[in-house]
Order: sequence, then structure tokens, then C-alpha cells
Amino acid sequence: MLIFLVRRLGTMVLTMLVVSLLLFLLLEINVASVAIKVLGPYSSDEQRQLWLEANGYLEPFYVRYFTWLGNFIVGDFGSSIRFKVPVGDILWPRLGSTGILGLATMMVVVPLSLGLGVLAGMKEGSKLDRTISVGSIVTTSVPEFASAVLLSAVFVFYLDLLPGTSSMTDGFSLVQLSLPVMVLVLYDFGYVTRMTRASMSEVMMTHYIRTAVLKGLPYKTVIMRHALRNALIAPFTVIMLQINWLLSGVIVVEFFFAYKGFGALLLEASLNQDIFLIEACAMVAVFVAVATQTLADVGYTYLNPRIRFA
Amino acid sequence: MTDAVAGLPPRESKVIKYLKGMALIRESVVGMIGLGLIVFWVVMALLADLLAPFPPNATLYPLAMPGQFVEGMGTFWLGTDHLGRDILSRIMHGSRAVLIFAPLATFCAYVVGIPMGLAAGYRRGMTDAVLSFVANVILSFPVLVLYIIIIATIGASAVNIVIAVTFASAPGIFRIVRGLVLDLRSREYVFAAETRGESPWRIMLVEILPNARGPLIVDACLRVGYVIITIGVLGFLGLGLPPPDPDWGGMINETRQMAMSFPHMTIFPCIAISSLVLGFNLLADGLREVSLRD
Repeated sequence: MLIFLVRRLGTMVLTMLVVSLLLFLLLEINVASVAIKVLGPYSSDEQRQLWLEANGYLEPFYVRYFTWLGNFIVGDFGSSIRFKVPVGDILWPRLGSTGILGLATMMVVVPLSLGLGVLAGMKEGSKLDRTISVGSIVTTSVPEFASAVLLSAVFVFYLDLLPGTSSMTDGFSLVQLSLPVMVLVLYDFGYVTRMTRASMSEVMMTHYIRTAVLKGLPYKTVIMRHALRNALIAPFTVIMLQINWLLSGVIVVEFFFAYKGFGALLLEASLNQDIFLIEACAMVAVFVAVATQTLADVGYTYLNPRIRFA
Repeated sequence: MTDAVAGLPPRESKVIKYLKGMALIRESVVGMIGLGLIVFWVVMALLADLLAPFPPNATLYPLAMPGQFVEGMGTFWLGTDHLGRDILSRIMHGSRAVLIFAPLATFCAYVVGIPMGLAAGYRRGMTDAVLSFVANVILSFPVLVLYIIIIATIGASAVNIVIAVTFASAPGIFRIVRGLVLDLRSREYVFAAETRGESPWRIMLVEILPNARGPLIVDACLRVGYVIITIGVLGFLGLGLPPPDPDWGGMINETRQMAMSFPHMTIFPCIAISSLVLGFNLLADGLREVSLRD
């Protein structure tokens, strides 16, 4: 177990290093364009040259990469070109807002999709199963921006129940959070439901469930004590990996509802060629994704007794 | 003598056998609905010039409501947008961009992903270790983050979207192919081919790949659906195909500011894109259901 843990963490660190190198190559290999992006297209050649010299851009590539990486690890991400403040000052609060959005989404997605998945998987091929399965295909087929438009047409335009933007200018507001969460839930729950259903129906076909049914245990006991324990191991992994998807989803949702979060920040940085902000946002996004993947692997190993005691 | 020969059933060509396999889809209601949706949009795309009531980029009559009749022009069944362009005609013409670029990008991703997966699964060892690591690195990016960074750096155009989709999807295809090959490589027909002295690439492409096609076809359907969503999302974020030619995601982006007063401008392109994605997802589900049966 310990060796596994160390190896998994090692892979994680290595992945992050490669990702950082890729990002740095993509965004900073061309020194002249970095100067243009920082100083603007109307700066003179002389100004650019001075800036490059002052910021150490005339050093060889590998020196620049390691300096950048060193600063990055201690939390110095450089300065945002667009916002004119250190990247960290805007990044962390935005990440917090997105954390709230993601947490709220997960709090709905997890019980909803596990419940529906178990219901569908208990009796494969039944009417309930087909309804839930096809329903989850339909909801995952509607892209986030489309469900954002459709839901806001219903709740904002026709019913006039909820606000159409979630900028939260007057502090945190649960009412403003509800539409973005609805959109994310609608797109995300289908996949987890289908995976839970697959896992549940697989367990329902095993011999120990047949034995439990045949020895006359009440159906409820069979499901609650025998089936669920094993059926819920695989969905745990799926839910953890879903966080990676959620990071994509928040970009669209935050853009649509003008929610001041991490996804909107990344998009704004990319559209404005704010390279230091892009680097920081991308690294944070990949870190969250890789960390949850690692956690999913470790958790799966821990939860599955067949691997744990092997 | 002739009777015995006549008694043998005529040998079917491989193509006919294959088509008969595909025709099994009609046993799945869900699959048929999906196929119907796709065929509907393909017909729309092919016949857009004949069916569309107005030219897609012509500015006719701004802010018409759905079904509004305008003297001397005709009826705008789905209304017009802020520039007075007919939404129905734009949706019909917009189906072309989606139906060309989504399958094209998916195809390119398969062209890159399949050989990598075959090589990793068949050769294993170092090839597998290196390719798997590269795939894992790319897959560790949240998809949209990767798309946004690539497109924002190399610029938004049709070719660049295809490149970005290929880059981001090939690792996923690689993983699936690799898994299938690891399972198939120990079959007898592979050993037989090895004994005959066939070259490794011939074994991979002729012996292994055709036998892995089932799951790959299902995956391709799902993937085309995702790529349609991706192209839509990029258009919606303003990183898609350049205007003024209609593109569903772009149509939503152009009009979303007015969605609160004129919801019809954004709702109809949303329905169009969702129905096409739904078509591919239902078809994939139908194919999976049919292929599991036998």
C-alpha cells in the first residue's frame, strides 16, 4: 500500500512537471511575443528590449524555465497584465467562488445520481430502468450553454422566479447560485447515473446476491446490506473523475451567468493573452484534476477489499 | 453433382455482411430514433439551398417574432435575429459546418489515436510506457481548458479547431484501442499470423483492428456527439468559426445578450444542437444494446 501510494504521488509530480514544461513552451518560447503581450502592440523595440533585459528574458530557455518553476512552487505567479496586480491576488478568491459552485453541484449530483443509478440497476431492463437510462442520455446530450439558455428562458423570462445573472455584487446569494448549479447538475448527473447503474446491475447478477435472495432474506436487506456495499465502489471513482469534467463545465456556466469564478477568469485571461494568468490558471486546473485522479485511485484501492488485502 | 453445389448458400461479400450487421440497429427503438435525428440533419445540410426560405446572411427584417408574416417577404417561421437574418435559414445552413467539421475532427483523432493504441497494445514494453504517459498527461487537462489555451494561442479557425480536437481526443481513443488490443493480442488468429511470418503492422491493421471495430464504432458515435458540443461551446465562447457564416454555437453567442427579451433567437439554435447530439448518443446506445445481444 505504501509503495503504491509513493508511486502514485511520484506519477502525479511527474505529470505536473511535464504539464508545466508544455505550458511554458507554448506560451513563453517566443521571447519577442512575450514582450509584445506584456507591453502592448504599440510599444517600441527599445522598450521591449529593456523589459526583456530587466526581467531576465535574455537568459537561455532552461534557465528561464527553472527560475519560473521555482517562483511558481513558492507561490509567486508573476503579475497579471490585464489586472495589473499579482496573479495570486485575483486567482485565490476566484477559486474560492468556483469551489462553492462545485461543492453545491456535487451535493446535488452525488445523491441524485447514486439514487437513480441504484434504482435503475436493481432491475435491469425494467420500465424504470429504461426511463432512467434514456432520460440520462437526453440530459447529457444538452450542452451546458444550451441548458443555460433553456433554463433561464423558463425561470427568468417566463416564470420570472430567478435572476438571470449571478455576479453576486451584493455579497453571496443562494438565489443567484441556483441557476448555475441547476445547469451543471443537469449536464453532469447523467454520466454518474449510468455508471452507477452499470455497477449495480453487475453486482445484482453475482452469485452472492442470488444466494442471499434464495436463502429468503427480505429484498430490502439484500439491496442495503449486500448489493450496495459493492456496487458503490466504482461510482466513487467516477465521481472523483467527474471533478475534471466539472472544471470544463464551470467555464461555460460562469461565462453565461457572469459568475465571478475561476473558469471565467481563465477564459478572460486566454482571450486577452494574459500569459502569466493563463499559466497560473492552467496549472491550478491541472493540479486539481490530477489530485482528484490520484485520490480516486488511492480511494478505490482502499475501498476495494480485494485489492486492500492482496 | 450439380444439386450438391446448388445446395450451398451463396457466399456473401464482406460488404454485404457488414451492412447486414449494421442493419440490426432497426431492432432498437432508441437507436432508430437517434438515426432518424441524424438523417434529418444530414438531409437539412444537403438540401439547405433548396429548403431554406431565405439566404442565411441576408439582412431582411430585424426582430421578427416566430411565425411572423411580413408583407412582400414571407413568413419567418422561427423569427429573425437582431440583424434581421432569418433564423430558420441560418440553422439549416449552420448544420453544414457542424456536420462537416465534427466528423472530420473525430476522424482525424482516430487516425492519430488508432496507430498509437495498436502499437502500445501490441508491442507493450517501452512503447506502451511512453505513449501511455503522454496520453495521461494530455488527459489530465480539463478538456475545455486545453481547448481554450490551444485556440487562444494559435487562433480561431476551422483548421485550428480540427487540430485542437485531434490533439485533445486522440489520447482517449488511444486508451480504448490499447485496452482492446491487449485483450485481442493473445487470440489464436494472431498467433497464426505471427507463425505465418506476417509483419507486425500487418497483424495490427489486418488481424487485430477489424476485430476491435464494435466498441470503436460505438465510441465514435459518442465522440462525434462530444465534438459537436465542443465546437458549439467554442462558438459560444467566441472562439469558434469566424462570422458571418452561420454556426450554431456562434448564433447563440451573438444573440445571448438579447435572450431575456427575445428568447427565440437563442432557443432554436440550442434545440438544433441538442437534437443532433442526442441523435448520436441514442444511436450509440442503440448500437451498444444490439451488439451486446448476440
